[in-house]
Amino acid sequence: MSSKTVQAIFDDDDVLLKAVKELKAANYDIEEVFTPFPVHGLEKAVGLKNTRIAITSFIYGVIGLLFAIWMMNYMMVVDWPQNIGGKPSFSFRENMPAFVPIMFELTVFFAAHLMVITFYMRSKLWPFKKAENPDVRTTDDHFMVEVSTEDNVEKLEEFLKNNGAKEIKLKA
Amino acid sequence: MYTFSNKLKISAIIFMVLGALGIGYGFLTTPSNVDQVKEMMQHENTHENHSVAENTHVEGSNVENHENAESNETATEDAHFIHAFHSLQNRPYAAVFIAMFFFFMLALGTLAFYAIQYASQAGWSIVLFRVMEGITAYLLPGSLFILAFLILMAANGHYYYVWMNPDLYNIHSEHYDKILMGKSWWLNVPFWMIRTFIYLLGWNFYRYYSKKNSLAQDTATDLAPYKRNFKASVFFLIFFIVTESLMSWDWLMSLTPHWQSSLFGWYVFSTMFVSGITVIAMVTIYLRAKGFLPKVNDSHLHDLAKFMFGFSIFWTYLWFSQFMLIWYANMPEETAYFMPRLLGTYQLLFIGMLIPNFIFPILVLMNSDYKRIPWFIITTGIIILLGHYVDVFVIISPATVGNHWIIGIPEIASVLFFLGLFIYVVFSALAKQSLEVKNNPFLKESEHYHY
Repeated sequence: MSSKTVQAIFDDDDVLLKAVKELKAANYDIEEVFTPFPVHGLEKAVGLKNTRIAITSFIYGVIGLLFAIWMMNYMMVVDWPQNIGGKPSFSFRENMPAFVPIMFELTVFFAAHLMVITFYMRSKLWPFKKAENPDVRTTDDHFMVEVSTEDNVEKLEEFLKNNGAKEIKLKA
Repeated sequence: MYTFSNKLKISAIIFMVLGALGIGYGFLTTPSNVDQVKEMMQHENTHENHSVAENTHVEGSNVENHENAESNETATEDAHFIHAFHSLQNRPYAAVFIAMFFFFMLALGTLAFYAIQYASQAGWSIVLFRVMEGITAYLLPGSLFILAFLILMAANGHYYYVWMNPDLYNIHSEHYDKILMGKSWWLNVPFWMIRTFIYLLGWNFYRYYSKKNSLAQDTATDLAPYKRNFKASVFFLIFFIVTESLMSWDWLMSLTPHWQSSLFGWYVFSTMFVSGITVIAMVTIYLRAKGFLPKVNDSHLHDLAKFMFGFSIFWTYLWFSQFMLIWYANMPEETAYFMPRLLGTYQLLFIGMLIPNFIFPILVLMNSDYKRIPWFIITTGIIILLGHYVDVFVIISPATVGNHWIIGIPEIASVLFFLGLFIYVVFSALAKQSLEVKNNPFLKESEHYHY
C-alpha cells in the first residue's frame, strides 16, 4: 500500500502549532507546513534540523578575505606598483593597512552574497520558478500541514479534525 | 540574598596588601638622581650595546627632546640621561595610574551600559540590574583614587603630565613651547582640575541617583522611580558621551600634549565599554553558579557574550581607524604618537594586543552555542580584560615611561591592589541588598527572555 498525503488547513497559528505538536507526539510524518508568515517555535515543533548556513557564511567570508589579499597584492604590488601617499615600498606587508578596508569589504561581500545565493539554491528558488504551495490561501491568512500516512487515512483525518483543522483533503 | 564569602574577602584583602607592598617597592627602588641612572644604564649598556641610548630618540612625549638634536655629543648624552631619569621616575606613577584607570573604567563602562539599558527601555537585562549596580559601586572609590592621584600629579612638581611644566609657557625659557602656549587656554592646571571635578561629580551623582531610584522601585506602588531613572539616564548619557571624550583628552591624551586625535575619545570609550560588559558577564556567571541569580538564564548570558563579541570588533575598528588615517596621511605631528607604538619598543604590545582583543574573541565567540557556555565566557573574558589592560598600558606608558618599559613588580602589584579593592567593593555592594529586582515594568519580559 502506497502512502497518501493529507492536507489540513488551519486558520490560526496557535492552533496550528498545537496540532503539529500533537501530530509529532502521535508519530505522524509531517511532510511540509505552509504558512503566510514565520510562526515562532514551528521549526522546533516540526523537528527541522538547525541550519548550517552560518558555516557556509564563515567559509565564504574566509574565501573573500583570501581573494582580497590576493587581489590587492596582484593589483598594487605585482602588476602595477605605484607610489601612493609617499609609500613607494611596493611590499604587501608595509602597505597592508591601506588594504584592510578592502579586505573587510570583500569578506562581507562574499559572505553576504554567496550566503544568499546558497540559500536560494538550497531552497530551490530561482527566477520564474512556479510557486510550490498547493493552496493560495496559505499566502494570506491560512496555514496548511501536509501529513503522510500509510495506513488509516480516516483515522488521521479524525485526528486532525479534533486538533482544530478547518478543512481536510487528500493530496491529488 | 548574597553574602560576601569569606574566601573571596580574604583573597581580596591579600591582593590589596600584596599590591600595596609591591607599589611601595616600586617607589622605593626608583632612582633618586641622574647619577644613579647613569650608573644603571652604563651597567646595562655593557650588556645591551647602546640599545637603550639609541631608542630614546623614538619617544612619544617629545616635548623635551627637540632641543638635543643639534647639540654636541656629551650634551646629547646628558639629555638622554635626564630623560631616562624622568622616565624611570615616572614608572611607579604610571604603573599605579594604569591599573587605577583600568579598574575605574570597568565601573564607568558598566555604568554607561546600565544607563543605556534604562534609556533604551531594554527588556532583557532587568534581572542583571543589581549585578551592574554592584559593579558600579566601585565608581566612587575609583573616582577618589583618580582624583587623589591627579591632584598629587598637579601638586608635586614632578610633571607626570609634561604640559604642567611652567617653563613651557615662559617665553624667556629655552623650553618655551609655542604649541602648548596656544593650547593653554584649555590645558592649564586649574581648568583641568575643575573639569576633572565636574566629570567625576556628574558620573557619581548619576550612579547614586539611579541606584537610589532602582532600589526605591522595588517597594514602590507606582512607576515613579522608574520614570525618574529613565529621564536621569537619558541626561546622563548625553553628559557622559561629552565628558567621557573630554576626560580621555584630559587624563590620557594630554600625556602627549602635542598630539591629538579626534577619535581618541571613542577609542577609550570602546575599551571601557567592552571591558565593562565583560566584567558584567563574569560577575553574573560567578553569582549564577553560586545560585544567587535564579532568574538569569542562558539567553541572558548569550546576549552579554554577543555584546562582548560585538564590542571587541568595535574596539578593533577604532584601533585600526585611528591608526590607519594617521599612518596614511603620514604627518609628523600626528605620527609622533605611533612612533614608539608601531616602530619603537611597544611594537609587540601594540600589534600583539590584537590577538586577545580581536582575533581571540572573534574566533571563540563567533559560534552561537559557545556564547552559552559559562567557562567559555569566563576564559574569553579574562583574556579580553588582560588585552584591554595592555591597551591602557600602551595608551599611557609610551608617554610616561618611554622606552624603559617592563611589566614588572610595580605594574603587577598595582593591578593586584586595584583588583583586590575592586573585588572587595563590588562584592560588598552586591551583598548589601537582594539581587532580585522587583516591580520594574519590564521585569516579566526579562524573566521570560528567550533568544
